[in-house]
Amino acid sequence: MSEKRLYGLAAIFDTPEKVVAAARAVAGRGFTKYDSYSSYPIHGLDSAMRLKRTRIPFVTLVAGLSGAVLLVLFTWWTNSVDFPLAIGGKPYFAWPDYVPLMFEMTVLFGAVSTVIALLVVWLKLPRNSHPLHDTEFMKKVSKDKFGICIESDDPGFNETETRRFLEDLGAESVDSVYDEPVDISLKQKVLDPKFIAAIVVVAVVSSATTYLALNKMLLIRPWSSLNAQFKVNPESRSRFYSDGIGMRPPVTGTVARGHLPDPITVSDNLAAAEKYLVNPVLPSPHVMEVGQRDFNTYCSPCHGYFADGNSRLQGQFPSPPSLHTDSLRLAPDGLYYNVITNGFQGVMPSYARQIPRKERWAIVWYIRALQKAQNPNGPEAK
Amino acid sequence: MSSATTEEVIDYSVTPPLVEGNPSLAKINDSIALPTERWPSKKYFAALSVTLTMLLIGAVALGYTLYYGIGMWGNNIPVGWAFDITNFVFWIGIGHAGTLISAILFLFRQRWRTGIARAAEAMTIFAVMCAGIFPLIHLGRPWYALFIIPVPNQHGLWVNWNSPLVWDVFAVSTYFTVSLMFWYIGLIPDLAMMRDRTTSKVKKMIYSILSLGWRHANRQWQHYEKVYVILAGLATPLVLSVHSIVSFDFAVSILPGWHTTIFPPYFVAGAIFSGFGMVLTVLIIIRKVFNLEYIITKDHLDKMAKVTLLTSMMVAYAYLMEPFIAWYSGSPFDWYTVVARATGHYAIGFWVMIACNVLIPQLLWSKKVRRNVAVLFVISLLINVGMWLERYIIIVTSLYRDFLPSSWHIYTPTIFDFGILIGVFGLFFTLVLLFSRTLPVVSMSELKGVTEGAHPHHNFGAGHE
Repeated sequence: MSEKRLYGLAAIFDTPEKVVAAARAVAGRGFTKYDSYSSYPIHGLDSAMRLKRTRIPFVTLVAGLSGAVLLVLFTWWTNSVDFPLAIGGKPYFAWPDYVPLMFEMTVLFGAVSTVIALLVVWLKLPRNSHPLHDTEFMKKVSKDKFGICIESDDPGFNETETRRFLEDLGAESVDSVYDEPVDISLKQKVLDPKFIAAIVVVAVVSSATTYLALNKMLLIRPWSSLNAQFKVNPESRSRFYSDGIGMRPPVTGTVARGHLPDPITVSDNLAAAEKYLVNPVLPSPHVMEVGQRDFNTYCSPCHGYFADGNSRLQGQFPSPPSLHTDSLRLAPDGLYYNVITNGFQGVMPSYARQIPRKERWAIVWYIRALQKAQNPNGPEAK
Repeated sequence: MSSATTEEVIDYSVTPPLVEGNPSLAKINDSIALPTERWPSKKYFAALSVTLTMLLIGAVALGYTLYYGIGMWGNNIPVGWAFDITNFVFWIGIGHAGTLISAILFLFRQRWRTGIARAAEAMTIFAVMCAGIFPLIHLGRPWYALFIIPVPNQHGLWVNWNSPLVWDVFAVSTYFTVSLMFWYIGLIPDLAMMRDRTTSKVKKMIYSILSLGWRHANRQWQHYEKVYVILAGLATPLVLSVHSIVSFDFAVSILPGWHTTIFPPYFVAGAIFSGFGMVLTVLIIIRKVFNLEYIITKDHLDKMAKVTLLTSMMVAYAYLMEPFIAWYSGSPFDWYTVVARATGHYAIGFWVMIACNVLIPQLLWSKKVRRNVAVLFVISLLINVGMWLERYIIIVTSLYRDFLPSSWHIYTPTIFDFGILIGVFGLFFTLVLLFSRTLPVVSMSELKGVTEGAHPHHNFGAGHE
């Protein structure tokens, strides 16, 4: 325990006039470590104590301006750089829209910084361990008296002289205030059983709460309402339809967009039908591109990129014939279309589900182009 | 005409004392701290049981809303906003008078504000808390409210800074933060006084923590006073901006009845008007219940009534200007909204609003009315009703008859709408009652500074510095 030490002499005055006059005298005597006390700010006390103007307004200015600047930077980065947001044809950096928030952030940053600066930097609060706390002096000042306290640290301080000086200034009473520092041991006791028990309790409580919150609470309403929607979930029974099926079969004869049934099927007379089919798609660079893309996707694994049967899957499946034989070159477009649509002799499957009709005709155009490219003077040229 | 003997004759040639009877500094401490130190009266508990019942009704209604969703309310397209946003705008507006009294009147050196500023600021904070509930619950799934806050998230999305709804969140939360700090800074010296006078150990600990170890030292007061001025200076434009931004929620849309440039000043004037109505209501109750008539004097009520009258005229001007612009613009949709308001399904609400906000406040021209506490109390209640209806009329009558007649729809509030409305009033008055029981309702340090003889060589009533 350290010894109790004289903090200073605290004088009580009963009127504001006396305390202002006393403060002026104390300042005039050359004291610097002293303060005047009253439960409301008294006008004229600052000049009597010869205090300088406070510099806090600069904090407000700087913080307020930086609030506005940071807001602009943040809005610019978020809505123009990181995730450009197109709203009604406005520019990404639509600064007039940010003006209200620039103002709000000026105020917010300015006010918060000013208050923190006042309390923490200027007043060094919170501090409840000041020697003046809990003294009769503080209680009187707090109620209806006024006070001046001169600290013993001041170079001009001398207990008896200063006491007389204060009494001469008209003090009602002069008390000695002692500083009684509390000895706080800062030694860490990590292995203290109480500390370990506290850690264990905190761990158990926090993990139990987390577990309950995440695994139990989220599964009760209203938090679970996302799971409890009135909709058909896959693999679940519909309570709305009597047959329990939520996904209803379409009405008989329903046709999907772009999937009108083909006029010919395998059961029809193929040869007859093929002759009458004409490629309805006119060739164009775009059609050729679509044909090439689809051919490379669907046909080339077996037929090869050049329709010569030299493919990536050669040997693993029955090899398809080359499409460059004379008979196939002379075959009508309808044959190719029909084979793509319906498959061929159980070896090649139907591609009607994968390839829309127009694209099948585009593939036919691409096959014709491949045939011409392989042999420009083929039999069909004659 | 020599001697005036009646009690109500006031000599307006001299400023009346701000605190009647010139009490000593110790008496100010005693009488203001008394409600916090004495076991409250039966009247207090009666009032508290009423407000807590209202709060409970609201909690039940809110519980139903959260459990079953906002389908419990009467809202339906096109009337997607109704009681929820009405209450939001109403409560934000209530808050504004508190800031006006504490900040704007402070900057204008209106020293009569000291008697009422603390209670008015507390009212601001409670009103903003009440208001804050509604944007949350009107989402339906309030836990998604954080989507409006620009934090990095798994969607890689940010908020849309062009939206007034985002501005709204920033404005209201800034307003709440700054109001709370302003209030707290004002409370610190008073909390220190409470700390020094209390005999209870627990109370002393609480007050010590809250007062941060304030020592009433002049080297503290010096910085403190400057910060108080700065905060007042920041809060003054803030209060104007907040209700302007709230009005942008409407004015930026294209809906007839909302899409008008008069909305920002109109909303600010309306906010101050309704706020003063509520301040009058609350203060008349507080001064009566806690016997503070000599601190919150009739002069205070008189002055507040004058501000109320002024803002009532501003609101009346906006009421006139709205139909004029609708007619002058030549837009048939705008004009139809005006007609539908005055003659349509909600015409009763519209005319009650006109009566409460424009006609009844005209009584305040009379000095007798301004100084008659009972009449003033009734007028303040009617102003609250009128201003709540104003927001309701603006929101619902603009939505229920929009461009497409096929989507017209009559909105009818449900019992849950009314339950939440009652509950939020219960919350507000519960908080006011708890506040008046736990904290000094009048700023002791400021009040001491305006008593006679508080400052050396100070000629009372004259300006200083």
